[in-house]
Amino acid sequence: MASQKEKRSIGWMGLSRGHKARPLEWIVEKMIFLISLSAILMVFLIFVFVTREAMPIFLGKADSSLVQQIIPASEMDKMPPEKLQEYLGLTPEEFKSKDRETLQLLMEVREEGAKEATDDRDAKVNTVSPRYIFKPYQWTGYDQPVYIWQPVSQIKKFNIIPLIVGSLKVTLVALLFSVPLALGAAIYVSQLAPPRLKEIVKPCIELLSGIPSVVLGFFALIVMASFLQGTFHYQSRLNAFNAGIALGLAIIPVVFSIAEDALTSVPRSYMQAALAVGSTKWQAAWKVILPAALPGVFAAVVLGFGRAVGETMIVLMASGNASIMSWNIFDSTRSITATIAAELAETVFGGPHYRMLFVIGVLLFIVTFISNLVGELIMHRVKGRLEGKR
Amino acid sequence: MTESPIKSVVVKSSAPPAEASQTPFIEVENLSLHYGTTRALKNISLKLGEKVVTAFIGPSGCGKSTFLRCFNRMNDLIDSVHIDGVIKIGGQDIYEKQVDAIELRKRVGMVFQRSNPFPKSIYENVAYGLRLQGIKAKQEIEGRVERSLRDAALWDEVKDRLQSSALGLSGGQQQRLCIARAIAIRPEIILMDEPASALDPIATAKIEELILELKKDFTIIIVTHNMQQAARISDHTAFFYLGELIEFDRTHKVFTNPAKRQTEDYVTGRFG
Repeated sequence: MASQKEKRSIGWMGLSRGHKARPLEWIVEKMIFLISLSAILMVFLIFVFVTREAMPIFLGKADSSLVQQIIPASEMDKMPPEKLQEYLGLTPEEFKSKDRETLQLLMEVREEGAKEATDDRDAKVNTVSPRYIFKPYQWTGYDQPVYIWQPVSQIKKFNIIPLIVGSLKVTLVALLFSVPLALGAAIYVSQLAPPRLKEIVKPCIELLSGIPSVVLGFFALIVMASFLQGTFHYQSRLNAFNAGIALGLAIIPVVFSIAEDALTSVPRSYMQAALAVGSTKWQAAWKVILPAALPGVFAAVVLGFGRAVGETMIVLMASGNASIMSWNIFDSTRSITATIAAELAETVFGGPHYRMLFVIGVLLFIVTFISNLVGELIMHRVKGRLEGKR
Repeated sequence: MTESPIKSVVVKSSAPPAEASQTPFIEVENLSLHYGTTRALKNISLKLGEKVVTAFIGPSGCGKSTFLRCFNRMNDLIDSVHIDGVIKIGGQDIYEKQVDAIELRKRVGMVFQRSNPFPKSIYENVAYGLRLQGIKAKQEIEGRVERSLRDAALWDEVKDRLQSSALGLSGGQQQRLCIARAIAIRPEIILMDEPASALDPIATAKIEELILELKKDFTIIIVTHNMQQAARISDHTAFFYLGELIEFDRTHKVFTNPAKRQTEDYVTGRFG
């Protein structure tokens, strides 16, 4: 009895005992908080890693020009170590780990390279500087300035515009194809379909998301490409259109399930109210339920966009993978993601090509981040308007 | 539910109350309704006159709301519902095959227990039904929105914020907006399913006042749990118990001199 009284007397009604009152709940709560924090941390760390690898290009320290100032290997000993390290483009750790002979060898390779370099004026160009990354340039042998991504050649060309256009083209086709279908299906399943049909259709569409993207890509490459070419009679069999349709198949279930959830969670009373003033089920679904579910539907589309921009395997397999600068959806194309996937394994670690792939990786990160942010903001506004808070 | 303890008092065909004995506007003959195998309404027959307020009272689960929903065929939306019998409105059987439920609902409006304005602007809420009827002229819509809001005694409170969301209104205002939405399309009958049960006394008083006003233009059927409310606003009252119509007569008679024992027990508060 006495001890109980003591326990109670910590603050009024035990109020000041705080988390000591329910230690288990407190621990669980903090654990969940930590876990969610670690997810955020993970995303942040990935971003830091990708950005770090791309940093030399952002800072203008990377140089891909073939003709550079050459210091003969025999003069190695006269150079201070810091200069030598910078000349060879090594990090301090790398520099320390290499012995004298290796360093000499590296210098000789450099010398050889300079001898072999062509007298092409482009050989002096640093192709990873912003001028050449973003703007068209008239390379030797071209009769006009062009946007070109050609990382494997004597003069490596890293213009990212064709890749951005490629990604946009494929994404646009995918969204134009999948959003109307997915939203239509979501409206039908959530509002109009008889319950028994709903039980069949909904899992079937969601099953589509279980198809591995490589299988979809395979299907698009072998079956769909021939079929679409036969139907629309365009020249290149694999192109942005084909990849976009295949990508659309992959994002239909994403858009569908979120939109369907949003539509189903609209109170049934709206439907009843609409029917009671004499609207058909279709009119009610279109004019009342869909606007009421707009924030959720919008979220579905934004998520679909994110998935479409980030999807790799389907685009890699079905787009023809040629980095042609063209807005025509019937030209072969290459997306940002496919470029990274196809080329990263073959680059020189730490070289200009390697760094450029990380630059487009950062670009991808930023695009999806901004699209999600904008989506979130718009959703917030629409929600506020619907709920009468504005 | 199928075996009723008071089967002996099934009213075969309630005589229409004296005042309504001109040609009845609504006639219900032997209406039965099943939810799957459960019989929710049993052989209900009654006749209602035009432009009167009829109240349906009875304990919870007695079928009065289900019965109300028969008049605009809202029960059609539930798959397991099966309906036998005849409901005639203006001489037309509304359950006949060629009757379009959508057109029927344009003539038989409904106000629900929980106010359910659309998440749109106040103006759009009222204009929705008008647009459904194919009215395109902006001026006509504006005029009818204003008139409906005036009829629903809401105009003065919302005239300066017609374009703001209806969900920003108070509960009572929302319910009057729902009434405005229902009367905007000028139905002949308005069904009200406990329209004031979620409201405070002041908002309730406004709704009741409104019903008495609307009675001049519309035939109103109201389901209510509040017996004082039924006594205050209705001309006729029907008392339901376990899916059966026990008594149907002038309100004054039902409350002061009921013919049936169950009715008396209920209106005096002995059960329910």
